[in-house]
Amino acid sequence: MKTHQFEVLVVGAGGAGLMAGLYASRTASTAIITKLYPTRSHTGTAQGGIGAALGSVEEDHPEWHTYDTVKGSDYLGDQDAIEFMCNEAVQAIYELEHMGLPFDRTPEGKISQRPFGGHTNNVTGKPVSRACHAADRTGHMILQTLYQQCIKNNVTFYDEFQVVDLLMVNGAAAGVVAIELASGEMHLFHAKTVIFATGGHGRIWEITSNAYAFSGDGPAITMRRGLPLEDMEFFQFHPTGIYKLGILITEGVRGEGGILINGLGERFMERYAPTVKDLASRDVISRAIYLEIRDGRGVNGQNYVYLDVRPESVNKYAALDGRKNPDGSPFVVTGEQILAKLPDIVDFCRVYLGVDPVTQLMPIQPTAHYAMGGIPTNKYGEVISNEENTTVPGLYAAGEVACVSVHGANRLGTNSLLDLVVFGKYAGLRAAEFAKGAAYQPLPADPAAFARAQFDQFLTADGKENAFDIAREMKKVMFDDMGIFRSGQGMQNALEKIRELQARFKHVRVTDTGKIFNMELINAWELGNLLDLAEVTTVSALARTESRGGHSREDYPDRDDKKWLKHTMAYLRENGRIELKYKPVVITKYQPKERTY
Amino acid sequence: MQITIKIFRYNPEKDKKPRYESYKLEAVETDRVLDLLEKVKGYQDGTLSFRRSCAHGICGSDAMRINGFNRLACKTLVRDTGAKITVEPILGLKVIKDLIVDMEPFFENFRSVIPYFVNDEPEPAQERLQSPEQRERFDDTTKCILCACCTTSCPSFWANEQYLGPAAIVNAHRFIFDSRDRAAAERLKILNDIFGIHRCHTIFNCTLACPREIQVTKAIGEVKKAIVTGSLE
Ligand SMILES: Cc1cc2nc3c(=O)[nH]c(=O)nc-3n(C[C@H](O)[C@H](O)[C@H](O)COP(=O)(O)OP(=O)(O)OC[C@H]3O[C@@H](n4cnc5c(N)ncnc54)[C@H](O)[C@@H]3O)c2cc1C
Ligand code: SF4
Ligand code: SF4
Ligand code: FES
Repeated sequence: MKTHQFEVLVVGAGGAGLMAGLYASRTASTAIITKLYPTRSHTGTAQGGIGAALGSVEEDHPEWHTYDTVKGSDYLGDQDAIEFMCNEAVQAIYELEHMGLPFDRTPEGKISQRPFGGHTNNVTGKPVSRACHAADRTGHMILQTLYQQCIKNNVTFYDEFQVVDLLMVNGAAAGVVAIELASGEMHLFHAKTVIFATGGHGRIWEITSNAYAFSGDGPAITMRRGLPLEDMEFFQFHPTGIYKLGILITEGVRGEGGILINGLGERFMERYAPTVKDLASRDVISRAIYLEIRDGRGVNGQNYVYLDVRPESVNKYAALDGRKNPDGSPFVVTGEQILAKLPDIVDFCRVYLGVDPVTQLMPIQPTAHYAMGGIPTNKYGEVISNEENTTVPGLYAAGEVACVSVHGANRLGTNSLLDLVVFGKYAGLRAAEFAKGAAYQPLPADPAAFARAQFDQFLTADGKENAFDIAREMKKVMFDDMGIFRSGQGMQNALEKIRELQARFKHVRVTDTGKIFNMELINAWELGNLLDLAEVTTVSALARTESRGGHSREDYPDRDDKKWLKHTMAYLRENGRIELKYKPVVITKYQPKERTY
Repeated sequence: MQITIKIFRYNPEKDKKPRYESYKLEAVETDRVLDLLEKVKGYQDGTLSFRRSCAHGICGSDAMRINGFNRLACKTLVRDTGAKITVEPILGLKVIKDLIVDMEPFFENFRSVIPYFVNDEPEPAQERLQSPEQRERFDDTTKCILCACCTTSCPSFWANEQYLGPAAIVNAHRFIFDSRDRAAAERLKILNDIFGIHRCHTIFNCTLACPREIQVTKAIGEVKKAIVTGSLE
């Protein structure tokens, strides 16, 4: 087996991984391993913006950003980490700009900002412009810029290498096992530190904004190695996905004045969030859409409502709301401005819906979008292994795969891109620093044994089951019973179904027996990851007898701070059972109170 | 509706030479070609191999020749292709397996044009200022997703892999015309090389192929002009 040695290994080349790699490589020998070419990472699809209280166009403060994030998290976010992120945000944005990131500009030449859901002026309660943007391709620009900087700094990449196992020796990280896709060979990467930055796992659900690559490899790997996963029951459904396809329509559309309309032509958000209306937090809007549809107010009795960004509608409702430009003049937009600010959204609608959003309505439905839960870390990206916050020597996680937790029960828009650059950077710095004072752990006798066993199974099983059928059934039951609204009975049903699918999965055999780009084999392994994460998600959700943020139960409609103001820590035990433990939320300045928008 | 999809197949571990395989399946007008490939892989032939990730035209993974034109499989609908579809790997790069080609020469060309921001002046405490007009100057070329649709539709690239190709020039353009950048002259020098921009004979294939609707030929023209005049105006 080919063996490589690096002080710092970064798994993943999205925003979080590239940031970690850039920083670690300044002082330590570093490699980034990625199953996709870096520029194919899902960060590139992020649209609307990255949050920071720059105050480019109106008054804003990191403290406001902090409070909004705490409130958005439904008080499940750890306040020390949130404050840290929101304070770091301002510098992080300037740093990206100094790396060349082409943000849109204000007339004065400053970084342009737009309103986004849940971000407010804490005095007036009105939406505030906090999302720094580059048209509706902010994530693309971040990904490209960071990759370009990696080229500039000669960072070492292993492109199209799939990491399939983490090696732990003496309770510390010792390296990873990866498959080179082009040759099918297993490689051993011996390391002092490992940083997981593998992104999310939204492919568990039927309607999703997430890429095929979002198969949750990172958390599945660490869970199998005995580490806990935190708050997995919290998964965000974004209110505006393209009907049936799930492709995301950024909240930036509503930031630019777009509104939601039900089948009766009503702007229904007025009833659910009287102050900020269409710019309420995502969980609130997704539930509102669900209820409208359930009560028969979808369009033509179907499972969708409309998003309307036609200039005449935007201007009408902006006038009714008394929305003003920063200079005090009334807010008015033209079709050309919509097109200039949201070119990709217009393109998606034309290509996939045959609809022109400047003159027509967009049919939308909520879409599975973002994992609040993941590998537990502290605010320096160090992975923790228990309820006492004990760190695992040499192991780090950052980005969507991690749970710091800054997003708690519901993430605010623009805070994920921010999370990537802030915590990616700190994970990289910390790992490099740790590596300086640490020795390589000795490697186990047959380091690839565990990974090999997982893959051999697909070549020797009896082939009675089809992987695609299993994936389809998983996605359906998770969307129906583990979606926006949940109930004890529905979740129990989902759990039984997932366990049935896990049993059937053992009969999946791949037909491709080759080595070169055996994507059938890789995809089968990824499906196993999704199934395992679906199980943890459901088990964690069933236990939580309250409603909070993204976890909404019809049988327990209220938040219960007495019992449930705590993080779930789920462990996969040797006997295959999942055990749940809990740890307290860090509360510093903001005591939980009722959450209204 | 019934669709027939004819796919280029080549498995170096088994096949002496490439072949085509046809599959029939049910589809609707709004299905993406990528959806059809997934279905073929799921139910008819698991060995079919291709790259994909985002499924909505942003990650640049799934450039292929669809009915003879370079397209992203996830951004091409049955509505546009009709009931008979032929899918082949993009041209000019070595086929590794089925629809997967060796992207390394493409990325190597990209890396050779200094495709990153250069400015060694002391950084201001806040952002470097840039007017909306200065920002607009290079907006179009910031959209590139490095899918290779353009470069692999270019006859000059087919003729010689060392030709940098339109994608590399597009990415050089993105920095050359950025008012904050300081390495334009160096990039222009690289593009003026024998495998650089003069190999482009303005055949326009690249512009037609670009799924991001970047005005590739226009960008190339602007770079050519900058080389000739030595000015970025
Ligand atoms: C459509 C869309 C729009 C969004 N818009 C916004 C927005 O406007 N603002 C905002 O803040 N957030 C937004 N988000 C959320 C945000 O973009 C993501 O949460 C974030 O980009 C994830 O970044 P990451 O670095 O954690 O992972 P990614 O960018 O997905 O990178 C994951 C990396 O891990 C690698 N990888 C995965 N598994 C393996 C493995 N087994 N072995 C090796 N490598 C592996 C992949 O190759 C990839 O390089 C959006 C998300 C989506 C889907
Ligand atoms: S215009 Fe130039 S780069 Fe584009 S296809 Fe033609 S020769 Fe190639
Ligand atoms: S210019 Fe267009 S076609 Fe060429 S690589 Fe970039 S996005 Fe693809
Ligand atoms: S799969 Fe991302 S561009 Fe087609």
